[in-house]
Amino acid sequence: MSEILVLVDHVDGAVTKPTVELLTIARRLGEPSAVLIGGGDDSAADTLKKYGAEKIYVVDDADFKDYLVAPKAEVLAQLVEKSSPGAVLISSGGEGKEIAGRLAVKTGSGLITDAVDVEAQGDTALTTQSVFAGSYTVQAKVTTGTPIITVKPNSATPEQADAAGTQEQIEVSISEGAKGARITATEPRKSSGRPDLSEAAIVVAGGRGTGGDFEPVENFADALGAAVGASRAAVDSGWYPHSFQIGQTGKTVSPQLYVAAGISGAIQHRAGMQTSKTIVAINKDEEAPLFELVDFGVVGDLHSVLPAATDEVKKHKG
Amino acid sequence: MNIVVCVKYVPDATSDRHFESDSTVDRAGVDGLLSELDEYAVEQALQIKEKQGTDDGTEVTVLTVGPDDATNAIRKALQMGADKGVHVNDEAIAGSDAIGTSLVLAEAIKKLGSEAAYDLVVCGMSSTDGSMGVLPSMLAERLELPAVTLGSEVEYDAGTVRIRRDGDTATQTVEATTPLVLSVTDQSGEARYPSFKGIMAAKKKPLETWTLSDIGVSADQVGLSTAWSQVESTEARPPRTQGEIVTDEAGSGATKLTEFLVSKKFI
Repeated sequence: MSEILVLVDHVDGAVTKPTVELLTIARRLGEPSAVLIGGGDDSAADTLKKYGAEKIYVVDDADFKDYLVAPKAEVLAQLVEKSSPGAVLISSGGEGKEIAGRLAVKTGSGLITDAVDVEAQGDTALTTQSVFAGSYTVQAKVTTGTPIITVKPNSATPEQADAAGTQEQIEVSISEGAKGARITATEPRKSSGRPDLSEAAIVVAGGRGTGGDFEPVENFADALGAAVGASRAAVDSGWYPHSFQIGQTGKTVSPQLYVAAGISGAIQHRAGMQTSKTIVAINKDEEAPLFELVDFGVVGDLHSVLPAATDEVKKHKG
Repeated sequence: MNIVVCVKYVPDATSDRHFESDSTVDRAGVDGLLSELDEYAVEQALQIKEKQGTDDGTEVTVLTVGPDDATNAIRKALQMGADKGVHVNDEAIAGSDAIGTSLVLAEAIKKLGSEAAYDLVVCGMSSTDGSMGVLPSMLAERLELPAVTLGSEVEYDAGTVRIRRDGDTATQTVEATTPLVLSVTDQSGEARYPSFKGIMAAKKKPLETWTLSDIGVSADQVGLSTAWSQVESTEARPPRTQGEIVTDEAGSGATKLTEFLVSKKFI
């Protein structure tokens, strides 16, 4: 079986859920090898081993961690050269897609982004993508070089599979050219204590109809144990931070349940949530286009419907 | 200084977008427009130009790759205030993937650079059709330039570009010195509408059309048949069917909503 490289995404050594999803997908294609850049303490390695990493390439990033993206692409290119893997899997996201784009050019390889499913087909990987605001499903494969595939979060259910997890320290040489864009400041975002938006099973999102008051949205989300999102209209109005934006230019979410409060449902918003399993909308305007997609809709004012529903949910949960 | 803005002409997202029988995007049968996300790139280029003052001679060149209609994307950018346009148009390019497209753009930028050195290559964060978001990085790789990407706030000062980059867990400040590739998000600043004066002025602005041979790319390096990834199938997703819609009356909406969530075992 060929080796499948998985770029590990971690926050200060804590391996993210999309990374263990990638390991699960990698096992369908071959033998997963995790590429752990920085944050190489034992807890990260333990998680990777537990989710099926046969090998863990550990790369010390002290020399390049203050530079954007390009050095990580060089690390992967050197590993591709060294190990001739069957594929490289990277989590879709701003940084992941940028690394993938650079790696594709560096290694002369084809690239597929934003896969929602990956399966083995013969000796290559067949990917599934959801395109045109979720209105089409496309299956594709890479035909040249090493398949480089970025995969969206929530595309697989992580499965534990104890593997060897053999660690190998990798020395890399980072070119001066890759050190062109310097990170001069980093401000960690305050944690809201809620589930991560792209990983949450339930998402409650607010839009223009909130009028800037997100309290009913947040309270309802908390009653359901959900993540909070926002439409672009709400973000553009400065009511909610950009990192919570759902839609074409923000996050794409695909939770079990999506609740849209005061969101009319422009195509750009639908692009970010259309593949949710169950969709519920609350909107004063019965003509809101989002109602066309919903499994359940309430025509009414979110400022009265949500607080009352929050109370009822709490009562049910006891 | 010289600024090159890369733009894409895309099918209107609000129209019925679909695929051709060869699995390429139907670009002729639907209305097209300048990709909305590229308007932000044009806007940032214009803002940087305006800050240099009028005597500085800063020039903003809009570059696109695409079929005949793609000229419309350049025209819109010229109406917004860009100075000149270059349209790389060659039948052999049709069906290219991002790898092929980035090669064409990079070679066109090199040709522009051989005429007058450029300082900035500005891109939107992604297209609104393919929406891969990889082109700025591929360009940086091909041009061997630093890239400051996904800028939600852009500052230019004497050869240094500084951006705010909103990540999932942190907000970063990233900087690099020119020449460089810059990509901007839809948070970077509202794009201007062309004024009547701008629309009239755009008609007189230079717009060149180049073929592959003008930029030294051969037909077998691009196009559908040499793409490095291949679409196996495309399938329209069945439209979602509308479920129950209730009207809230004296709190009934909340009760029915809760009942629905219970019936689906979310509570």
